[in-house]
Amino acid sequence: MSTKTALKDVVGGFKSLLIGLRITLDQFFRRKITVYYPRETLKMPDRFRGHIELILDPVTGKSRCTACKLCERACPSSCILVEGAKLEGAKTKSVTDYHLNFTTCSLCGSCIEACPFDAIQFSKVYNVVGTSRNDFDNMDLVKQLAEKRQSWTPPPAPAVPADLKSQISDLKSVASPTPPTPEEPKSP
Amino acid sequence: MIDFLKSEPVLIVLRLVIYLVAIIAFVALNAAYLVLAERKGAGWFQRRPGPVEVGPWGLLQPIADGLKLIAKQTIVPPGTDGLLFRAAPALVLAPALMCLVTVPYGDTIIARNINVGLLMVFSFGSINVFAIMLGGWASRNKFAVISAARIVSQNVAYEIPMLLVVITMMMITGTLDLQQIVGQQAGGFWQWNIFRGIWDIHAGHLGSNILMPVTFLIFFICMLAETNRAPFDMAEAESELVAGAFTEYAGFSWGLFFMGEYANIVVGCSMATVLFLGGWQSPIGVVPVAWGVLGSLVGVGLFFAKMYTLIFTVIWIRWTFPRTQFYGLLNLSWKLLIPTSLVTLLLTGALITLKAIL
Repeated sequence: MSTKTALKDVVGGFKSLLIGLRITLDQFFRRKITVYYPRETLKMPDRFRGHIELILDPVTGKSRCTACKLCERACPSSCILVEGAKLEGAKTKSVTDYHLNFTTCSLCGSCIEACPFDAIQFSKVYNVVGTSRNDFDNMDLVKQLAEKRQSWTPPPAPAVPADLKSQISDLKSVASPTPPTPEEPKSP
Repeated sequence: MIDFLKSEPVLIVLRLVIYLVAIIAFVALNAAYLVLAERKGAGWFQRRPGPVEVGPWGLLQPIADGLKLIAKQTIVPPGTDGLLFRAAPALVLAPALMCLVTVPYGDTIIARNINVGLLMVFSFGSINVFAIMLGGWASRNKFAVISAARIVSQNVAYEIPMLLVVITMMMITGTLDLQQIVGQQAGGFWQWNIFRGIWDIHAGHLGSNILMPVTFLIFFICMLAETNRAPFDMAEAESELVAGAFTEYAGFSWGLFFMGEYANIVVGCSMATVLFLGGWQSPIGVVPVAWGVLGSLVGVGLFFAKMYTLIFTVIWIRWTFPRTQFYGLLNLSWKLLIPTSLVTLLLTGALITLKAIL
């Protein structure tokens, strides 16, 4: 190696060290990105796949599942078991048992794709820890839904009639030749 | 009685005792809080906050760590050389404490000014290697022995350029008295040894050596290697050698090694400050010493500001560069640092001769 290349090596190497130092110093003054875990948690992203759960219909407060068993059939690892019954006066069946064997579930999502009623979804539960396998090889999703229902409040008085009313009045005002009188002009 | 207390020998002894206690307290606290600074630094360089749980902003973390270490038993494994095994931690710490005796923190704040202070610091500094080697050897553990062997070859390799640099400095300053060396650098940062290379403004003649910043760099690199700091931490090398020479140590004897290590970093950075960065002199022409006690305190503040800036750089380097390979380490010393420091030595000698002739 000639003296020139050796010198170039030394100077170039030293320069690269300085660049490295600059990069770390830059990081030093940046915002800290630590999440203080037990006290704060990250929101799970939309695409996160926890075990599946039954969706609570916010309007009715019930599951939309009709126990059609398409998910059961779609599941490649046969980890879903659905039973349903026709309730008194209901037009369709509703779900009475929804068991998931999460120990064999591979979170492929075929059940969710197969569901024609959008009745199941991936939950955002990531803290799945138990002391025995029984906690997960027979998860009762109907029971989970019932627990979730405890905090469910029926939506406020249906907004549909009021909406319709205004729409109807709008239609009337368009149809009538005279412009509608303003109800209460606001004082400035 | 009062006369006796005011007599000269008593005052000297009193002064030494006070300084001894102060230095030990400083070394212990400094080691504890440098560990915190190290961990905070490690965190900040990786965009983490570092320790935050114990005390406000993690400030009580070192105390918690210290209590934990004290509460632990020092186990002397069977088959080890008990005496050497127990003596090694003390041998690491004691020379570091000795080095701090001659360091001038301020114009009057120095435990004992010795006219060969520079020599003393470097002779005691070399004992550190010996102590770690003894500890490694005495623990009868293959990782410790490998680490001890590495330490010896590393320190032999880096002692040479470091001492060459020190000889260069000695030729320039013409004294081994640290207080005098600091005194020569009065009058602003351009008078500090690191910048005084090309032209000495005050004396109005040629400066010491144009390669002075390079000399400083060599000194700093050697200091990193001598104190076994990353990227030259072959001695500890957690991921390869468990904990190197400290593998078999537990409890506070292990803690003493770390106190010694951090004390050595303080000594190294102090020496760099004294030799190159003007010690307690202010960077802008003013002379704080002239203001009496307040000025002395400002001087101490300036000294510590410079020293801790260097220590921050040491931490910064540790969390930036990966550990070098052993051959790379030796190559750097034998092929680059020693020749370069020899060149600066010769150049300085030539310049001094030239000045004498002119």
